[in-house]
Amino acid sequence: MHIDVVVWFFLLGVFARLAKSDLRLPEALYETLSIYLLLAIGLKGGIELSRQPLGLLAPQVAACVALGFAIPWLLYPLARWARLAPVDAASLGAHYGSVSVVTFAVAAQAVQRAGLPLESHAPLWVAVMEAPGIVAGILLARLFGRSTGAGAGGWGAVAHDVFLGKSVLLLVGGLAIGAVAGEAGTAPIRAVFIDPFKGVLALFLLELGLVAGARLTDLRRFGAAVLVLGLGLPPLLALGGAAVGLMLGLSTGGVAILATLAASASYIAAPTAMRVAVPEANAGLSITAALGVTFPFNVVIGIPLYIALAQRLTA
Amino acid sequence: MNSLPKHGRTLLVVVTEAAIEKRLVQDARERGALGWTVTEVRGGSARGVREGAWEADRTVEIKFVCEPAVADAIAAHALATYAPHYGLVMYFAAVEVLRPERF
Repeated sequence: MHIDVVVWFFLLGVFARLAKSDLRLPEALYETLSIYLLLAIGLKGGIELSRQPLGLLAPQVAACVALGFAIPWLLYPLARWARLAPVDAASLGAHYGSVSVVTFAVAAQAVQRAGLPLESHAPLWVAVMEAPGIVAGILLARLFGRSTGAGAGGWGAVAHDVFLGKSVLLLVGGLAIGAVAGEAGTAPIRAVFIDPFKGVLALFLLELGLVAGARLTDLRRFGAAVLVLGLGLPPLLALGGAAVGLMLGLSTGGVAILATLAASASYIAAPTAMRVAVPEANAGLSITAALGVTFPFNVVIGIPLYIALAQRLTA
Repeated sequence: MNSLPKHGRTLLVVVTEAAIEKRLVQDARERGALGWTVTEVRGGSARGVREGAWEADRTVEIKFVCEPAVADAIAAHALATYAPHYGLVMYFAAVEVLRPERF
């Protein structure tokens, strides 16, 4: 198994944190890097989008929305079985139903390096999979968790946070700019947004390693359930994602990416939205599973597995 | 030299999760707060550390300088609405201001 160079940066971050190094990236840099990554991923997909007939994409968009919305409902009984409280099970569902953009970026790099074909409008899938899982998680919390929403923002506040939040706004904005400007129009900004992408991703992963390392030390607080769910859910969800990819007739790389998206858990949009919409849920529990366990698992072990799975299935 | 004329007001400091900043400020304005100051902070207690390491983990400190009754109304509301599920620390101090109509 070959480990992608950006993954080493992540591991360096985790090591620095566990070794109690004083390394800390300035908050403004973290903010800048995340804006850059979202815009760059959107732009790249948008340039390809300009060459596609839009009608062809409708089934893919519908399937991605359905997949993101279904994951929390499948996950809820499993999380309840692992003795999570109803609101926590619902909140965990929202995290896994939504997606991690950085996991996507690492997977896309790995697919590219393996020389596999990939639908280049894949960032569109990421953009539409951000919100449905969060909505499903909130519904679950209201239905089974007796989450009254006391002290919570209403659906309006949540919708505003999700659809006009940084991730969706920049991804969709980048897609739109790329689609309108096309290859020729974006040529002048290539040197900033396309070429240095991988280096910026490496730097961002160093920071995420520091954050994930901190969550890792929190594991003891939440017990074995979080560890088991965090490691067990991604491969299970990846199978579902791969099945949807096959049904859509995607390329080998496309199946691997959809498997990765299904397996990934959100650690930016979902925690923020759940904090506002379901205050009763334990935020530390979901974030420890998503960022402390699942993200490292996916980046280091999961992605090569999902690519192998996709190769097997599409052979 | 004559000292400047000063007027007594209450300083209410609220330390809480950034997720509820907007709603809390809105609630405070509805209860008569005329101004507020927000700072991003980090900190911790026996119950855990809030490092603000990434965006879903930010903590803010909101300061209101207002009439004592307004400060009480804001604090009572925050205690009832947000304290059960959000990290929330509040404290009061007596302060003096120069232009009373602004507070």
